[in-house]
Amino acid sequence: MDLRTTYLGLALEHPLVASASPLTEKLDGFLRLEDGGAAAIVMHSLFEEQITLEEELLDHYLHYGHESYAEALTYFPKASEYRLTPERHLDLLARAKERVSVPIIASLNGISRGGWVEYARLLEEAGADAIELNLYYIPTDPLLSGAEVEAMYLDTIRAVVEAVKVPVAVKVGHAFTAFAHFAKRVEATGAKALVLFNRFYQPDFDLEGLSVVPTLTLSRPYEALLRVHWIALLYGRVGLELALTGGVHSGKEAVKGLLAGAQVVMMTSAVLEKGPGHFRTVLAELKAFMEEREYASVAEMRGVMSYQKVAEPAAFERANYLRVLGSYRLLP
Amino acid sequence: MRPITVDGNEAVARVAYRLSEVIAIYPITPSSPMAELSDEWAAKGEPNLFGLVPKVVEMQSEGGAAGALHGALQEGVLATTFTASQGLLLMIPDMYKIAGQALPGVIHVAARALATHALSIFGDHQDLYAVRPTGWAILVSDSVQAAQDLAAVAHVAALKASLPFLHAMDGFRTSHEVQKIQPLSDRELKALFPYEALEAFRKRALTPEAPVIRGTAQNPDHYFQNREAINPYYLRLPRVVQEAMDRFAEVTGRRYRPYEYVGHPEAERVVVVMGSASLAVEEAVAHLLERGEKVGMVRVRLFRPFHPEGFLAAVPATARKVAVLDRGKEPGAVGEPLFQEVAAAFALRGQGVPLLVGGRYGLSSKEFTPAMALGVFAELEKDRPRHGFTVGIVDDVTGSSLPYPEVDFEDPASVRAVFFALGSDGTVSANKNTIKIIGEETPLFAQGYFVYDSKKSGSRTVSHLRFGPNPLNKPYLVQRASFVGVHQWGFLQRLPMLGVAEEGATVLLNSPYPKEEVWDRLPRPVQEEILRKNLKVYVVNAYELARKVGLPGRINTIMQAAFFKLSGVLPEEEAKARIKKGIEKSYGKRGRAVLERNFQAVDLGFSAVEPLPIPGQVTSTQELIPPMVGEAPPFVREVLGPIALGLGDTLPVSAFPPDGTFPTGTARYEKRGIAEFVPTWDPNVCVQCGKCVLVCPHAVIRAKVVPEEALAQAPEGFPHRKAMWKELSGAYTLAISPDDCTGCSLCVEVCPAKDKRNPSRKALNLAPRLEVREAMNRHWDFFLTLPETPRADLKLHTVKDVQLLEPLFEFPGACAGCGETPYLRLLSQLFGDRLVIANATGCSSIYGGNLPTTPWSKNREGRGPAWANSLFEDNAEFGLGMRLALDKKAEYARSLLPVFRQTLGEELVARLLEPVGPEALEARRQDVALLRERLRGLDDPRARDLLAVADALIPHSVWIVGGDGWAYDIGYGGLDHVLASGANVKVLVLDTEVYSNTGGQASKATGLGAVAKFAMAGKPTPKKDLAFMAMSYGHVYVAQIAMGANDAHTVRAFLEAEAHQGPALLIAYSHCIAHGIDMAKGMDHQKLAERAGYWPLFRYLPGQGLFLDSKPPTLPLREYLYAENRYRLLLQTHPEEAEVFLKAAEEAVRARWERLSRMASAPEAVAG
Ligand SMILES: Cc1cc2nc3c(=O)[nH]c(=O)nc-3n(C[C@H](O)[C@H](O)[C@H](O)COP(=O)(O)O)c2cc1C
Repeated sequence: MDLRTTYLGLALEHPLVASASPLTEKLDGFLRLEDGGAAAIVMHSLFEEQITLEEELLDHYLHYGHESYAEALTYFPKASEYRLTPERHLDLLARAKERVSVPIIASLNGISRGGWVEYARLLEEAGADAIELNLYYIPTDPLLSGAEVEAMYLDTIRAVVEAVKVPVAVKVGHAFTAFAHFAKRVEATGAKALVLFNRFYQPDFDLEGLSVVPTLTLSRPYEALLRVHWIALLYGRVGLELALTGGVHSGKEAVKGLLAGAQVVMMTSAVLEKGPGHFRTVLAELKAFMEEREYASVAEMRGVMSYQKVAEPAAFERANYLRVLGSYRLLP
Repeated sequence: MRPITVDGNEAVARVAYRLSEVIAIYPITPSSPMAELSDEWAAKGEPNLFGLVPKVVEMQSEGGAAGALHGALQEGVLATTFTASQGLLLMIPDMYKIAGQALPGVIHVAARALATHALSIFGDHQDLYAVRPTGWAILVSDSVQAAQDLAAVAHVAALKASLPFLHAMDGFRTSHEVQKIQPLSDRELKALFPYEALEAFRKRALTPEAPVIRGTAQNPDHYFQNREAINPYYLRLPRVVQEAMDRFAEVTGRRYRPYEYVGHPEAERVVVVMGSASLAVEEAVAHLLERGEKVGMVRVRLFRPFHPEGFLAAVPATARKVAVLDRGKEPGAVGEPLFQEVAAAFALRGQGVPLLVGGRYGLSSKEFTPAMALGVFAELEKDRPRHGFTVGIVDDVTGSSLPYPEVDFEDPASVRAVFFALGSDGTVSANKNTIKIIGEETPLFAQGYFVYDSKKSGSRTVSHLRFGPNPLNKPYLVQRASFVGVHQWGFLQRLPMLGVAEEGATVLLNSPYPKEEVWDRLPRPVQEEILRKNLKVYVVNAYELARKVGLPGRINTIMQAAFFKLSGVLPEEEAKARIKKGIEKSYGKRGRAVLERNFQAVDLGFSAVEPLPIPGQVTSTQELIPPMVGEAPPFVREVLGPIALGLGDTLPVSAFPPDGTFPTGTARYEKRGIAEFVPTWDPNVCVQCGKCVLVCPHAVIRAKVVPEEALAQAPEGFPHRKAMWKELSGAYTLAISPDDCTGCSLCVEVCPAKDKRNPSRKALNLAPRLEVREAMNRHWDFFLTLPETPRADLKLHTVKDVQLLEPLFEFPGACAGCGETPYLRLLSQLFGDRLVIANATGCSSIYGGNLPTTPWSKNREGRGPAWANSLFEDNAEFGLGMRLALDKKAEYARSLLPVFRQTLGEELVARLLEPVGPEALEARRQDVALLRERLRGLDDPRARDLLAVADALIPHSVWIVGGDGWAYDIGYGGLDHVLASGANVKVLVLDTEVYSNTGGQASKATGLGAVAKFAMAGKPTPKKDLAFMAMSYGHVYVAQIAMGANDAHTVRAFLEAEAHQGPALLIAYSHCIAHGIDMAKGMDHQKLAERAGYWPLFRYLPGQGLFLDSKPPTLPLREYLYAENRYRLLLQTHPEEAEVFLKAAEEAVRARWERLSRMASAPEAVAG
């Protein structure tokens, strides 16, 4: 049985990839993911806001209260250099590259095309095999149209693609009016893959303090269906590789993803819950399925359930919606 | 080498560092930067001249540093230290030893005043004079260049003479003046260095391989002779110094002499002076020479050993009258120390002794100008010039002061710029940058000197810059400015700033108003001065531009650019490029975003500045706001007022109390109005919990519950609401003083009450001060007239009730959001009217006792904390002495009482003999009043005695207050002793975990892995456990508290400490500006510290054991540590070490928690 696949031009042992997670914040995490059986590792993101915020904070505290009072003209020693997050991030990436043999995909998270795009190049220099660009943006401005947001996205993608030689993947959320069209335009930028989809983290209300509090819940398997659906719709219709992220917890979701047309499927929540060894478990389940259905290779099963190939494509469209609602009404 | 622009401290440290192997340090103003730089360079691995990184070690006191210095010298190692003032005094015992043993150590001193009637951090020669008998050679520098050069001479000569050297520059005037100087290269230093002498010194090292013994004890038959055996060393020393200076001249081309003469070769009048003032005298001499007068000056560089022959050789034989100027005071002496030497030198010569007088000048950095020197020369013209004169002040008590003329000594070819700004707006940094640019990138000379406020919040800075084609050896403030920068519009109404501007000078205003409105908004006196002097005024709205580029409040770059544009020191494009380069140098390491914003600011600064059209007539009726408002007593108005305006120089001697005793409660008259936003109160949302009152570091929020009737006369809109107390009825009201508020917003942060209709609003909400201040002031004034809530009705262990107590500590000039002051305010609320406070030197003695106005205050009856500061190192002992004295006086009073049984009445005597606690305070006060009444007028010395000590019958409480530098380091021995003594004193340690007042140097209270000065690579050892040490006695009440973590616990600990019959120690977590946190969130950081287990709350009650009052840690330690720049910084400079430290810190926290839990579960075992 041939589990091998390619993704972003990289040769992988199998199609199960570790999506960005805090596990990669330490060198040890990379080693554990590789040991656990991940075929490639997406490193946690370098956040645009974090870069600026950290610079601002450092600058603020190296200035705050200074030159105000004769006995205490400063409050901190002067360092000859500061190694801020980007540098530490780059360092870690370089060290991880030395230690693990599976490919490492670096991730940039941001939306403006400011100076931080420069970091894409630095990530490449530090040894990243590819760059994943995460465009996580909440368009709260009522004056900003969808077209404008999309233009901003594409602009940023183009800037990153231009900045580096390694392939670029684009990770986005699903909240688009016409996602298939957007995917087409991403293709035109020169990006190589779409990573579907970001989960949006909904802030919660603290009823006691009447305040808004951030929450982070890990995903559940049902969330994979949205991704499976869109991958099936897009497979073969855009010139981009499709990676599935979100809701993959067992071999079942992995299989669905591949059948829909995913080039690779990714896991974070399940790994955080069950440990990096979970890759091996899911891989075993995937193999078991392939054996049972006699698929000789991943390539053979990829996309067989896609919009293009499935016998009744309408199942993916509005008809399906009606059916679902109908089935709901018929419930006892 | 290219010239550099540095201040005196850096100039000296660059030399001392390269010529040392062991450097023992301890922070003290103004010498700390020399130690800080050495530590930074060592942390970065910078080698010394011999390719080795010197060992830099922080000690627990200057005494410790001197001990380490002595030890290192015993081992034949090049050793140095830096200090000043009290620090130098603490070194005296070791200095005698080092000199007695002929060891070539070097101490670099930023010479500073001594604490006498008051402490002063500023410069004079009192500290040098105090160590003149120790046997150390003393070399004194007059400028930044000389400080660097003579630092090298000191190291070289010490080795060659085999005697220790003290090298001094004038504190602040030279140590902090930025000057363009010629640096000493490694090559030059190597050429100067006496390698053979080092070899000889090394040979004297203690070694078991060839053992000797040093430091013996000697008897009457031989000590004397042995003491005289060293004489040849001293006899040859002046020659050694001269040779070292000659060699220095050969290598560098810069020539110095131990005694330098400047002036007419046949001068009749000569002034002798030492230090920076000699440069001013030199200017006066030049001025008089031009006028054909026969005058001259001798600059003394080698003060010890004083070399009479050398000195006399420098004085022209024609000198008939000599005045010796001393920057010091030795009460009771015939003359000050330099005078004594000079007089003795002439007397010993025995012939041609001129008429000699001596006088004092320049104490505590008092300005000394060439004009003042003219005054001295004029005095010498008299037949009988005054001896023991002063110059630079008006002495209307003993008439010692000399008059002096007004003469302009500024160089018309120079640009002289004075900038008035706020510390927080970055002006000083930008100006330092400007000096660097002009000094290092152009052939011009450049000089900068900076004057700071004595407040730590909203403090003002005044920058004095000079640039020009001629050397700028002017050791005094700019006298006539060609450029005045007013960087804060708010100052226009308060400070007389244009006085310094010369006719036709350029004035740059940072105005929040459009150009068209500016003129009419200027106060009348400002308009008048502009018209009278024909000033050219320009405006720029730097506030708005700074906001626009994303640097709100940081107007410095914009104003700097505007200065360059208007002053024309450099062509515009070049100036722009150079400023940007400077910015890149200083901000580049902090990331691109910051850099870009500053670049933008530069461009805007150049383009946005515009000339102000001046209508040619006064249109304003606005007057200046007087510095002291309200019904200020005359002393406050007439003495403290001018000080607050920066006009303290105009006050005569008679204005001051000879013993340095000042009234308390004066901060309330100085409404500084420094907050942009202040909290406003919404009574309908408020739950009356009192947390805001409790955390307010400046006591500007107050609460009372008053009878409804009391509000009958309330001004319109006076906010109040029905009191939500079971036990109290009436109206609850909360008042806020907008013009005393610093805008720190701690109160808003802790306010738990949210408006349920609009959760973004709380019971306290920030509003622009200028919009709300009028009504709020009316409300505040009325609030103060309302009756206090009777104490008897309150449950003091609840925060809700404590808020109603009147604070007797208000409006300290501490940093906005200070973490220390809330504890002091609470202390004053709880026990203020019976408090005697011994306050260690440090932040709390500065915001507690720095003039003009001070925060400790009085209640309506005129009672309140009585406060005194002795020193840094002796505070526990100082407080103990007070306690012993109070007890003794009480004992004496009790012993006298029976004598007056008849007059006083049996019952009163019996009651007064009864020992009482604080609960009976009021009754006892009435009894003492009764006693006074009955004894009054009795013609009996014993009655007068009893009256004099009767107050001691009232149970007064002694609190010993200080920071961690005192309690953990320099004062620990005394603190330990006082706690062990069992005396009934209470100790409050305001633990900021660094020496906050001197700028954040590590103490033994600093946490593992924290970055602080002197611990640039992270503090390698865990925080000392002071609580455990105190608990080990068993009889000391100990509590670790953090108001932000649990305010009720804090209140309880204060009450228990006070009630404990014996010593008590409160260790109070005090967040601090030196932690690198958002001060508004200070209380949240305290909470994090507790939840992470770093700062568990506990109380140890003797006899009952330990009560662990915190829950087990729930927060990972890193989430507390990395919320603070002091820890995060290490992550950014030494990431690997940071990880290691974090693990160790986690382990230390866990171990400490376990130990505490064990103790808490077995209280008896501990209590035993
Ligand atoms: C704790 C946590 C941290 C994450 N950090 C990142 C990140 O740095 N960059 C990123 O693109 N996605 C990040 N993600 C999203 C995951 O990579 C992934 O897309 C998402 O969790 C959905 O996949 P899952 O269902 O397998 O968890 C994070 C998710 C979690 C739970």
